[in-house]
Amino acid sequence: MPHDRNRSRREVLKMLAAGSGLLVFPIGTLTASEPEASAEGAHKPYWAYAVDTTRCIGCCACMRACRDENDVPEGVFRTWVERYRIGMDGEVKVDVATGNDHVFEPVGGEVAKAFFVPKLCNHCEKSVCNQVCPVGAAYQTDDGVVLVDSKQCIGCGYCVQACPYGSRFINPETHMADKCTFCYHRLDKGLAPACVHTCPREARLFGDLNDPKSKLSVLLRQRSYRLLKPELGTHPKCYYLGLDREVI
Amino acid sequence: MDFVFPNELNVTWTVMIVLYPYITGLVAGAFIVSSLFHVFNKTELKAVARFSLASAFVFLLFAPLPLLMHLGQPQRAFNIMITPNFSSAMAGFGFIYTGYLIVVVMEIWFVMRHSFIAQAQGSGLVAWICRSILIGNLHEDDSTRAADHKMARFLAGLGIPMACLLHGYVGFLFGSLKANPWWSTPLMFVIFIFSAIVSGIAVLIFHYMIVAKLNGWKLDQPCVRSLTRYLWGFMIIAVSLELLEVMSIAYKQTEEWEVLYMLIREKLFIPYVVLQYMVFSLIPFFLLGINSLFNLRDRIANAMVWTAATMLLVQVLLMRWNVVVGGQLVSKSMRGFTDYFPGVWEKEGIAMAVVIFTLPFGILWGFNKIVPLFPDVVARGGTTGEGE
Repeated sequence: MPHDRNRSRREVLKMLAAGSGLLVFPIGTLTASEPEASAEGAHKPYWAYAVDTTRCIGCCACMRACRDENDVPEGVFRTWVERYRIGMDGEVKVDVATGNDHVFEPVGGEVAKAFFVPKLCNHCEKSVCNQVCPVGAAYQTDDGVVLVDSKQCIGCGYCVQACPYGSRFINPETHMADKCTFCYHRLDKGLAPACVHTCPREARLFGDLNDPKSKLSVLLRQRSYRLLKPELGTHPKCYYLGLDREVI
Repeated sequence: MDFVFPNELNVTWTVMIVLYPYITGLVAGAFIVSSLFHVFNKTELKAVARFSLASAFVFLLFAPLPLLMHLGQPQRAFNIMITPNFSSAMAGFGFIYTGYLIVVVMEIWFVMRHSFIAQAQGSGLVAWICRSILIGNLHEDDSTRAADHKMARFLAGLGIPMACLLHGYVGFLFGSLKANPWWSTPLMFVIFIFSAIVSGIAVLIFHYMIVAKLNGWKLDQPCVRSLTRYLWGFMIIAVSLELLEVMSIAYKQTEEWEVLYMLIREKLFIPYVVLQYMVFSLIPFFLLGINSLFNLRDRIANAMVWTAATMLLVQVLLMRWNVVVGGQLVSKSMRGFTDYFPGVWEKEGIAMAVVIFTLPFGILWGFNKIVPLFPDVVARGGTTGEGE
């Protein structure tokens, strides 16, 4: 694994050299967060995710990238972006761009504040979905990613019920549980998840918690953040920077 | 209150998962009635003792069918026993189900061995089936009868905690999910057990009275009266627990109550408040109460009890619906609700549910052709007791 990541670093450098700056920048975020030790095989990453809600502009490029990268069928979502509009009277309105083009409908009216919150699987340390899977098809990798074994899943849907975040679904094509994988196939190649890679505002960040020098670790030390539903004891690994109290 | 997470727009657990706890409930309840006779010597229940045991068996045979219909990968169903993940409550299903099935089959074997031997004496298909069941051993004397009785009693006793476990575990599946405020209560385990007993007794009264009517038999009134009192008592406990659960959340005024109140008021008002409680709990409560407390003429009493039993069968089905589907209508965003109504002809639709629910009654009819489930009626030529 470390060897693979070393090779992918070279690939990234090649891409940088090719001058595709717009695409490379987010990948650089991932690779910059990788410690030197990983190249020597001594370091084991522990992947985590952060969302800077103050930066998200609701373009939903992440949703489109995720759908394209992972062949997610229509009507189900590995990631989505919630739009919050809080009126002058305190009324909270939330919606999601669930249409095929993933574009928010324009809305009018006066609001006290409005913001966007990207959501995805929280890859919880103590994930309930892993606990309840009757056949052990849901599992956590050593590097902290919660996955579904498509050769084991029986499609009972218990994990879907157990997930407090609505992140899991039964894939209408495979009839098995499905969810965000942090684009694990890309991590193996040293690439960032597609949503992180695509985000034009760096609202989505990804990195190694085991590396104190990684951008994510530094960010989590410097900025205040919130977790979703921490009272449930699931220990999510998706950290929300600048999250409004209205978000559940 | 109009936002649901986008993956929650479609309900995952549909009518099949409503049917599954309903059928296991019938199993557990019917078995407990048979054990009241075999273990606790409630001799007034003798008329339905065999019938209840056989009912438990046939419903148990079909209990996994709704689950199989629901699974996305049914060909992997046995993985639940081959590669179980013991941190999951659901992983216990295969073992609890199989263990309970073995106990029920063995109890039937010992309870009905005398009848199997009698049937095996003749010729034809039924005799051949009975000889196969007896594994060729047709020997019977006082000592074997005593041994059979002893074993049947032991298995009936063993089956009581297993019946509670089988159905209580179904309640635990729901009650242990902290993500869902409508399900997440330790009371769910107990509520499911008591509602199971209610549905089990109700289905026996419902079916027994229909069978008696169709065959022109006179009902065993002491048996009916006893079943009526048990049904009344257990329904009071079950409904009280169901109400207690909601009242405790309402009284505590927790954060979840706000959304659950909306659920009850807007989404479940008809199926939960009106139908489950006001119609299908309250009316049977009075019908059974009047029968338990006053001596009515048998004809009127039987009509009232049958009506109450039928209504309670619907009440428990409504309870399962309101738990299983109701819990999924609430978005985990706590900001809105989704909708669900099953189609008729789809894989997990109403037609399939009706077929699955009807099949056990057909098997029970076949069972009765092999060994009589009401031997006393046959022996007495049409009456199982005092009669009308």
